[in-house]
Amino acid sequence: MTHWLILPIVLPAFLAPFIVLAARYHITIQRVLSLFGALALVVVGLGLSVEASDGTVMLYQLSDWAAPFGIVLVGDRLSTLMVTLTAVLALFVLLYVIGSKWDERGRHFHALFQFQLMGIMGAFLTGDLFNLFVFFEVLLIASYGLMIHAGGTPRLRAGVQYVLYNLLGSTLFLFALGAIYAETGTLNMADLAQRVALIDAGATVGIRIAAVLLLMVFAVKAAVVPLHFWLPSSYAEAPGPVAALFAIMTKVGAYAIIRVYTLIFPPELAATADLHTIWLLPAALLSLALGMIGVLAAKQLDRMVAFSVIGSMGMVMISIALFTPEGIAAALYYIVHSTLAAGALFLIADLARAGRDNLDLTAQPQVAGAKLTSALFFVAAIAMVGVPPLSGFVGKLLIMDAATQSGLWVWIWAVILGASLLSLVGFGRAGSVVFWKSRSVAPEEGATPAEAPSALSYVAVGGLLALLVAHTLMAGPATQYAMAISNQLFGPERYLTTVLETPGKLSDGKEEAH
Amino acid sequence: MEFLVASAIGILTASGLYLVLRLRTFPVIMGTSLLTYAVNVFLFASGRLTVGAPPILTDAARYTDPLPQALVLTAIVISFGMTAVVVMIALGAYLGGNDDHVDDPSTEAEERT
Repeated sequence: MTHWLILPIVLPAFLAPFIVLAARYHITIQRVLSLFGALALVVVGLGLSVEASDGTVMLYQLSDWAAPFGIVLVGDRLSTLMVTLTAVLALFVLLYVIGSKWDERGRHFHALFQFQLMGIMGAFLTGDLFNLFVFFEVLLIASYGLMIHAGGTPRLRAGVQYVLYNLLGSTLFLFALGAIYAETGTLNMADLAQRVALIDAGATVGIRIAAVLLLMVFAVKAAVVPLHFWLPSSYAEAPGPVAALFAIMTKVGAYAIIRVYTLIFPPELAATADLHTIWLLPAALLSLALGMIGVLAAKQLDRMVAFSVIGSMGMVMISIALFTPEGIAAALYYIVHSTLAAGALFLIADLARAGRDNLDLTAQPQVAGAKLTSALFFVAAIAMVGVPPLSGFVGKLLIMDAATQSGLWVWIWAVILGASLLSLVGFGRAGSVVFWKSRSVAPEEGATPAEAPSALSYVAVGGLLALLVAHTLMAGPATQYAMAISNQLFGPERYLTTVLETPGKLSDGKEEAH
Repeated sequence: MEFLVASAIGILTASGLYLVLRLRTFPVIMGTSLLTYAVNVFLFASGRLTVGAPPILTDAARYTDPLPQALVLTAIVISFGMTAVVVMIALGAYLGGNDDHVDDPSTEAEERT
C-alpha cells in the first residue's frame, strides 16, 4: 500500500492551518509556503501519474479498514491525471496571484487556496460516494471564501447566489445518497458497482431515481444547461485568479459523471441505459449553443469568458454523453485543454483591468501593457474558440470524429460547428473592441498612466499558454493516453478487484459483520 | 410510523422548495434550512425505521443500521456551517447594497436609471 496517494489531500490540509496560525501577518512566508505546497503537489501528481500509467490501480485504506466498511482512496489513470492537472493549474494561478498582489487585497487567501486544493484533490481520489460529498463540501466552503475575497457589494451579491445554489445542490446530493443507500446498503463505489448490477429488473424504480438525482447534482457542478445559472455571475464577479482556479471546479462535475456513470451505472446497465442519450446529450448540446450565444451577447469581457466556460463544458458533456471509449477519450483530451484555456483567459481578463475602470466591451483608452496582453488574449482566444493551430481544434476534431458513431451525429456536428462560428465572432469582436479600437481613443488629459502588470503575471499566463502549445504538439501521445484511460474505465475489473479484495481489518469477518 | 415520517419529509421539502423560490434572501435561507432538515430525516430513514433496537451488533437478531446515523451527523454539521456562512455573506451583501434580493442586480439598476 503506497502512502503517497493520500499526500495530495494531507499536504494542503496541514499547510492551510499552518499558514493561518503561524504566518498570519507575514505575506512573504505565506507565499513561500503556498508555492512550496503547489510545487510539491505537482511533483506528487506527476509521480502518481507515472505509477498509474501502466494500468496499476493504487489503493489507500484509511486506518487499514477493508473496502466496503472503511473509506478508501483509489488512484487510477483518470484520478492521477486530474490530480496533476489541478496541481499544474494551481501552480500557475498562484504565480499570478503573487505577481498581481491579489493576495494582499484581503486576508487568508493562501490558506483558503490550500483548503480549496485539498477538496478538489480529495474529490478526484476518493473511492466512496459519501466521501465525495464531504470533499465537495470542503472545496465549496473554501471556494465561498475565495469567491468573496477582497469584498465589495457586487461580489458579495454574486456570492450569495453562488452559495445558495450550491447549498441546494448539496441537499440534492444528500437525497441521492440516501436513496442509493436505501436501495443498496452501501456507498463504496466498487461495492455499489457490483450490487447495482444485481438489482432485480422489476425493482429498479428507486435506483433509477437515485441515478437521475446524482446526474443532476453533477450537472449542477459541471454547469450543464439548465442548471448553469450560478456560473456566469459568480465567475465574472470572483477575483480573476480565483475564477481561473474555478476552471477546474466544473471539471470536478465532469469527472464525477465519468467515474460514476462508467463504474456504477455503466451504459450497458438496462435500468439507466437511456439516461445519457435522452437527457445528457440534449442538455449538453443546449449548453454548448447557449454558452456560445452568451459569448456573443456578453457586455463585459469577464462575463464573456464565463459563458465560454459553459460552452466548453457543453462540448465536454457532448463527448461524455456518447459513452463510447472514443467519446470519453476525446472528452478527456478536451478537459485538459479547456481547463488550461479557461484559466489563461480569466487571468488575461484580469490583466486587461490594468488602467480600465471596468471590463465593459467598449473602446476605452489603452490599458497598460496592452501589446503583450493583447497578444496573449489572441493566443488564448484561438485556443478557446478551437480554430487551428491550437489544441481546441484538435479536441473538437476528436469529439466530432467520435460523434460519427452516434445516430444523432448530424445534430452534434451542426451545433458544434455553429457554436464555433458564434464564439469566433464573439471573441473576435471582444478582442478588437478592447485591444484594437482602444488605440484610437486618447487617454484623458492629466490622467496618470496605470502601472503595467508585473512580469511574474505574464510568466504565469505565458506558462499556461505554453502548456496549451505543448498539449497541441504532443496531441498524438496525449490522445493515446486518453484512450488508455478510457479503456481502463470501460474495463473496471482491475479497479473492482483491487478495491474489494485487498485485505485489511475486518476482511476476515466479512460474513459475521453483515 | 412510516406514513408519519414520509409525510414529514414531504411537507418539509415542499415548504422548503416554496421558500427557496422566493425573491429575498431571508425566506430563501429559511427554505434551504427546511430542505436540510428534510434531507436529514430522509437520510435517517434510509437505513429502514427500527424502533427500540440498539445501533450495535449484539447476539439479538434486531439492530438499527448505525451508518445512516453517522451520515446524518456529518450532514447536520456541514449544513449548519453552510447556513452560517450564507447568513454572513447575505448580511454583508444586504448592508453593502441596502437590498436583499437574490437575483442579479444589473437589471434593477437599469430600471432605476
